Amino acid sequence: MFTKILIANRGEIACRIIKTARSLGVATVAVYSDADQHALHVKMADESVHIGSSPSNESYLVIEKVIQAALETGAEAIHPGYGFLSENADFCRQCAANNLVFIGPPIEAIAAMGSKSAAKTIMADAGVPLVPGYHGDDQNPDIIKQSANKMGYPVLLKAAAGGGGKGMRAVYSETEFDEALGAAKREAINSFNDDIMLVEKYLLKPRHVEIQVFCDSHKNAVYLFERDCSVQRRHQKVIEEAPAPGITEALRQRMGEAAIKAAAAINYEGAGTVEFLVDTQGEFFFMEMNTRLQVEHPVTEMITGQDLVEWQLRVAAGETLPCSQDQLNISGHAFEARIYAEDPDQDFLPATGVLKQLQTPLENTCVRVDTGVVEGDEVSIYYDPMIAKLVVWDTDRERALQRLAKALSEYRIGGLTTNIGFLYNLATSRAFQDGDIDTGYIEAHEQEIFRQRDADIDYAAPLAAAAILEQREHKAIEAAKRSSEPNSPWHLNNSWGLPQPRLKVQIQQAVVDLTVDSMVSVDGLTVASTDTGFDLFTRNGFFHCTEMQPDFGTGNEGVDGGNLNAPMNGTLVAVLVDTGAEVNKGDTLLVMEAMKMEHTIIAPSGGSVTEFYFQAGDLVDGGSELLAFEATSP
Amino acid sequence: MTIIKSNINIKSADFAGNAAAMQAQVDDLKTTLAEIAQGGGAKACERHISRGKLLPRERVQGLLDPGSPFLELSALAAHDVYGEDVPAAGIITGVGRISGQECVIVANDATVKGGSYYPLTVKKHLRAQAIAAENNLPCVYLVDSGGANLPRQDEVFPDREHFGRIFFNQANMSARNIPQIAAVMGSCTAGGAYVPAMADESIIVKEQGTIFLAGPPLVKAATGEVVTAEELGGADVHCRTSGVADHYANNDHHALDMARKAIARLNRVKLVNGDLKDAVEPLYDAREIYGVVPADSRKSYDVREIIARTVDGSDFDEFKALYGTTLVCGFARIFGYPVGIVANNGILFGESAQKGAHFIELCAQRKIPLVFLQNITGFMVGKQYENDGIAKHGAKMVTAVATANVPKFTILIGGSFGAGNYGMCGRAYDPRFMFMWPNARISVMGGEQAAGVLAQVTRDKYERDGKEWSATDEAEFKQPIVDNYEHQGHPYYASARLWDDGVIDPADTRMVLGLAISASHNRVIEETKFGVFRM
Repeated sequence: MFTKILIANRGEIACRIIKTARSLGVATVAVYSDADQHALHVKMADESVHIGSSPSNESYLVIEKVIQAALETGAEAIHPGYGFLSENADFCRQCAANNLVFIGPPIEAIAAMGSKSAAKTIMADAGVPLVPGYHGDDQNPDIIKQSANKMGYPVLLKAAAGGGGKGMRAVYSETEFDEALGAAKREAINSFNDDIMLVEKYLLKPRHVEIQVFCDSHKNAVYLFERDCSVQRRHQKVIEEAPAPGITEALRQRMGEAAIKAAAAINYEGAGTVEFLVDTQGEFFFMEMNTRLQVEHPVTEMITGQDLVEWQLRVAAGETLPCSQDQLNISGHAFEARIYAEDPDQDFLPATGVLKQLQTPLENTCVRVDTGVVEGDEVSIYYDPMIAKLVVWDTDRERALQRLAKALSEYRIGGLTTNIGFLYNLATSRAFQDGDIDTGYIEAHEQEIFRQRDADIDYAAPLAAAAILEQREHKAIEAAKRSSEPNSPWHLNNSWGLPQPRLKVQIQQAVVDLTVDSMVSVDGLTVASTDTGFDLFTRNGFFHCTEMQPDFGTGNEGVDGGNLNAPMNGTLVAVLVDTGAEVNKGDTLLVMEAMKMEHTIIAPSGGSVTEFYFQAGDLVDGGSELLAFEATSP
Repeated sequence: MTIIKSNINIKSADFAGNAAAMQAQVDDLKTTLAEIAQGGGAKACERHISRGKLLPRERVQGLLDPGSPFLELSALAAHDVYGEDVPAAGIITGVGRISGQECVIVANDATVKGGSYYPLTVKKHLRAQAIAAENNLPCVYLVDSGGANLPRQDEVFPDREHFGRIFFNQANMSARNIPQIAAVMGSCTAGGAYVPAMADESIIVKEQGTIFLAGPPLVKAATGEVVTAEELGGADVHCRTSGVADHYANNDHHALDMARKAIARLNRVKLVNGDLKDAVEPLYDAREIYGVVPADSRKSYDVREIIARTVDGSDFDEFKALYGTTLVCGFARIFGYPVGIVANNGILFGESAQKGAHFIELCAQRKIPLVFLQNITGFMVGKQYENDGIAKHGAKMVTAVATANVPKFTILIGGSFGAGNYGMCGRAYDPRFMFMWPNARISVMGGEQAAGVLAQVTRDKYERDGKEWSATDEAEFKQPIVDNYEHQGHPYYASARLWDDGVIDPADTRMVLGLAISASHNRVIEETKFGVFRM
């Protein structure tokens, strides 16, 4: 075993690796950028090395700096985590050249899997099932049709040059084929000036099921069963689980053996994941192989009782695998929910800011929180906005899912928007509970997941009212305690002598007028106060609620200044008007970019900019005043 | 700790009969109050709302701390008085909590005759101010009134307790650091203009509030100047030019919020000294009071059954329990506040009056507020009692009641007749708050007795003239007197004329007393100096 390793990563995965290394008596070296100077992984590591400024391409992605840090600190090996340099063959070569062990697969394996099309060819040759398709040069319609008939309907016609759905047609039977092909070709010509078509089997409600494999340098290979990562939004995994619901023992074994075959085909070593699509008939097809530790590896650890990072270290140190296949068993069921700083209601726009409040659910053998941040840390624009991975385990799926919902409702994050409510809604949505999931799950159940149906609001409204009254009651009791006469009936919160109070509450997107006239049971209801109101975690989902304050109107005083402050942390991209130039109301004054989104700042009225406080290229903190604006008198 | 053991059988027919009779009276009270709460009616309310204004009761609720109680005063004012409907006398008053501070709220109801001041409107406004002054409570005026009711100016304007007294009170309360806050949410004309002008801080609502001594019609008549109400005295004028108002509100909600903030920054802290305990509910259900009080007011019952359903834990330490037994005196708590209770349990005799005077002295000495549960037909009459000096014994009790310098609270739970009213802290004895139950009756004597006295005088006259007076004639003579006494002795008649602070559901007695007692603690209880007791 190594005596010292360097971790070329940050955040939760760096912390995760340090924990295992420490338990094995291996010293750790952290690397960090400017932004991460005070980060948790730096505090946890035995040593740390500063490797550059905040942007990752000036720090965590700079191979020379990472290698240099390892050499300076005398680390024998480098664990790349996931992302950053973890699947970078160049980095592997540099490690080898500097006599550093790369904790991961051999360079050749990374390179082989680096090209998706090349990887498919290798797998096809090794007998691993691929999604049937025709990619031939012969564009004779009959040839194409024959291949479609052979793979079985439905099939998907795609323009080889295609993208954005143009020149794409789903064909459900042979009789539709000719017409569909003609239409797709015409569309392809119009869009890409190229009508070369390819055909693939069209998988209905496909699921993303991946197999965790492990190989050592002694030709041993095992699979640690599967993970179902079907629930995705824009190809980003949201909730992962193991084992996959509804997978038979036989299918599990077939997939596991296929995955080992895939690994063997490239002489794999270490931790790898073979991703498959599984269709409704239980057929599975190779998608790609990830040559690193996956984000979602904890669910496998929870059901197998193994520490995959320990396995990685042992294999990289030349040891044999800790277990043989027949020593591995599945016990219970595990879920992982990825908690992100993002706004699900704003198309998952990433959020940045300071974690003013961060309270995790109580951790125990059933609840695990992998995180790299603590209260007071900032989620910056530089890195992935994942705050934590919440992992739960229980004896069966139903109980594990209940545990997940409960743990989510106990997670308190204040200061920025998170996807916790969205995750809670997923965990409590009917079809998810039934295990009826596929990669299109979120799109297909959008109305339910976002709890936007009228019935949802009708359900939540009395609960919201009850929560508000309870909050008032609580405040009244606190105020009573502080007063010189806690016994006074003036502290009561029953609106005695008055009509029942009317409440105006925003529940998700709906604004509801409520009269509180009956007691509503708040059993099984968790209420969490937030900066903007309160969150309700109910048996039937999550609702963000805000008690609406009365409209205080607008006065005659002063000119409405408009918002000339930066909407969030970001970079000023362009200044579009000159200082002093006359502009009209609504004209764009400058453009900012943050989180890959452009934001424009517009003139609040006719007038002119007297001064810009920033220039193009400047980094701007959210809320900063950007410019001085002088309105012409109306 | 002496727990009252109730001897009422709640399964008895008597109980059921009593309960049904009281229930009918409470239902009638609630129906009447609900009608009054509608203000000037649907049409007037609609017009009011269409101007972008909140209804007066919405304003009051918006002003108060969310969810906190409101002790409304004299809701029945002007009920059936003027031959036209003037619900609540066109003004809503009460005690409520604003930013944690108990305040007196006075809100004009512009849906009722434009919020103009009838004689009883003035009386109600002054009574609210008196409550503020006696209990040291800040005042918030929500002004929306056309001013004095011109046709009745002789009953509104000139006298000591008329319109001018409102501003006298404002000035003098301000002088005693009882804050005066006004929000002008509608017209505020003529004399009314002085409400915001005399306030410590005033708020005015944009395009709604106007303050001027003379409105545009009067200005045109007087000087020929043509001017709009807004130019004459709108929010912009008063906040930017004249300085008559201090805070510019965009709308009603904004004005209420500003008023709440004005109260929040008063730098007042209510400090209640004395022996306070946690509030404990009585052991018996307050609703059982309905069945305790006999439907026939001439029947007697044990007033301890009422006390048991009013005080904390039904715990009542009686004083001189075996002496002067027609007056029940003792120590208890209501919502944790110590109180001395003085309750009638029959006619007053010399012994009961002396016991009462003694007990009141104890409470004054110990600074314990007094609660009077009044159900009294009067002092005992007759040769023996007059010779025993019942007048001087009664005088002792009246002296004690009149001069005891502790907060006093009076509930009329039954009859209130003759000198008994004085000894039991009737209106003339300045109880801090006084409420009536719907079954109560108040008059100088009972209707039957009055008719009897007058009939006797008439019969004497007939006899002097040697004439016959038939029993039928006598009955015909007496009936209108009885009817008139019944009409004028009714709680609605009394409350309409501000002889009390409101008619309450007997089941709410504990709550009303708790709120009133707590409010009274905004003023520190001072030493008592009693007058000369005739021995």
